[in-house]
Amino acid sequence: MSTKHSKAGEVFLEDRDHASWHNESLWFVREKRDKVSKEIPEWEDLRELSSKIKMHTVSHLDQYLEQFTKNAEANGVIIHWAIDAKEHNEIVYDILQKNKVKKLVKSKSMLTEECHLNPYLLDHGIEVIESDLGERILQLMDLAPSHIVLPAIHIKRQQVGELFEEKLGTEKGNSDPTYLTRAARKHLRSEFLTADAGMTGCNFAIAETGDIVVCTNEGNADMGTSLPKLHIVSMGLEKVIPDLKSLSVFTRLLARSATGQPVTTYTSHFRKPRQGGEIHVVIVDNGRSNVIGNKDHVKTLNCIRCGACMNTCPVYRRTGGYSYTYFIPGPIGINLGMLKSPTEYFDNVSACSLCFSCNNVCPSKIDLGQQIYKWRQDLDSLHLANPTKKFISLGLKFLFTKPALFNTSLKLAPIVNVMPRFVLYNGLNDWGKGRELPVFAKESFTDLWKKGKVK
Amino acid sequence: MKVGLFIPCYVNAIYPQVGVATYKILKSLDLDVDYPLNQTCCGQPMANGGFEEKALPLAIQFDNLFEKYDYIVAPSASCVSFVKDNYPPIMESNNHMSQSSKKIYEICEFLHDIIKVDHLTGRFPHKVSVHNSCHGLRELKLSAASELNIPYYSKIKKLLSLVEGVEIFEPQKVDECCGFGGMYSIEEQAVSVCMGQDKVKNHIATGAEYITGADSSCLLHMQGVIQRDKLPIKIIHVVEILSAGL
Repeated sequence: MSTKHSKAGEVFLEDRDHASWHNESLWFVREKRDKVSKEIPEWEDLRELSSKIKMHTVSHLDQYLEQFTKNAEANGVIIHWAIDAKEHNEIVYDILQKNKVKKLVKSKSMLTEECHLNPYLLDHGIEVIESDLGERILQLMDLAPSHIVLPAIHIKRQQVGELFEEKLGTEKGNSDPTYLTRAARKHLRSEFLTADAGMTGCNFAIAETGDIVVCTNEGNADMGTSLPKLHIVSMGLEKVIPDLKSLSVFTRLLARSATGQPVTTYTSHFRKPRQGGEIHVVIVDNGRSNVIGNKDHVKTLNCIRCGACMNTCPVYRRTGGYSYTYFIPGPIGINLGMLKSPTEYFDNVSACSLCFSCNNVCPSKIDLGQQIYKWRQDLDSLHLANPTKKFISLGLKFLFTKPALFNTSLKLAPIVNVMPRFVLYNGLNDWGKGRELPVFAKESFTDLWKKGKVK
Repeated sequence: MKVGLFIPCYVNAIYPQVGVATYKILKSLDLDVDYPLNQTCCGQPMANGGFEEKALPLAIQFDNLFEKYDYIVAPSASCVSFVKDNYPPIMESNNHMSQSSKKIYEICEFLHDIIKVDHLTGRFPHKVSVHNSCHGLRELKLSAASELNIPYYSKIKKLLSLVEGVEIFEPQKVDECCGFGGMYSIEEQAVSVCMGQDKVKNHIATGAEYITGADSSCLLHMQGVIQRDKLPIKIIHVVEILSAGL
């Protein structure tokens, strides 16, 4: 019995030292989050408020999007609407073409990952430079992010040292983080200076003012948008929030949940294009509007992409981002993948022991664990259920709906205890691969009760 | 007050002493305790595996069996939380009302919240490391989860501290999952085993002789790891400690 996730997880665990390092690195972030969140007495109220603001906004999404675009346009921002990834990419390319852009410098955006924008633009002859350090490392390695906030968390600094040696000509064998960061900074500086356009994601879009708010730690979004005159924003339509007052709730939650910092180093508001410049905002649906009507999963639209659910997830920490088949891993990724396409991404639904720790860290109180449970219920009707699990469940139902049969089984079960080891422990026994089987009691509780031995 | 004892299927078959301990402690409190025969399983294994509809007949069977009791008490947090939280939606979607959900309690929860036990007569002169099972912690809220910014409490530790001689410890990553998760343990066996090994290691590091908790299922999983890897720690259900000497 296995899924693509369980197989990939098993492979990840083969290098136990690396897996353990990965686990502890993310746990370190989870602990920082715990510590800093406990410095805010009203933390739990903030989470509740965040959830309510998001649910309110999602249920009035048409009004807030209209208000946002009206105000943004009044500020001189050009708004585009993209129904899906394809349209998003075409719109971006069209803007770049009209502005004769040869080189685009990007800050971190999971939406552009979702739309596969980089390969699309590269195919169309545009040079694309990722400017978030982790993203740049991965781009040079030709890898995808393994985490939504800490994209290169699975890469060790020695690997970065080797990569920079090859790509940026750094000293051989030097993997000192400060040295490498300086080298990256110098390299990126030249990219910023020669880029024709800057692209950012959007953490929050403020309906009241038309502001686009981008939160980063490296200031790369600001460099990328300050030097070139053209700024393109890729924005999921659920990113809109009512007003600046609501924003204050999210900025208190976001960085604390994500990395355990009180706030991101930069919280930049983009309101108006500078003189002679342009700001384009591409608002992307790509399936999001369908989720509004899905009562079991609507809360996924609350997500502010902090990654806390990944850092706490005992399965994610031990299997790494690439063990999931959807580009967003961890508890939120399992759910988003299923919303995108159950037939394509159902392998991730197994990646959960239903411990519900993700629910407790989520800053906007998404019921992530319950949603994974619900997806499991849907697999059978989608003909995606694991046949062994189905067979076991049928067998258990057969046994448990017949108390007399169950009682007989209780009496017979101890026979298993004395069976030869090779019968019990073989390739078919997934339990027995790493654990001993439990030993059945000589007399069950029911037997003891019937014999009057329970006193 | 009529208390119906629910002894989950695997406790019945593997850990009957946990059922006996539950009965003894309830009896010692002068409660009218009964064990309705013909009980089997709450249905959680199938539902968590994705076959909730196979739990429906069990939910109906369960409701009928425990109809005449004021309280249902069981020594297994996970099964209790399944009856409490999952029976209502499963049954309502099939035009039934769950009668059991409102009156079922995990044994520690029952002793702490309903009976409000403030002294115990037993003695257990051992070092124990408390295992906060996920469903006991995050669904039944037997203690404050480490993720939440709420005042600290632990019903299990409070009850344990009433037993003479017990030295209570807690592992690093205090409420991380042991990796059992029902069918999760076989569907993702390698990850599940790794979680189990890590959890047991953290319990051993406390110097405790026993891992104790309110869920025999987690204990069963960790016992499987302990026995395979021949590790120097034992498991014991918390109710066995609470009923020591009875």
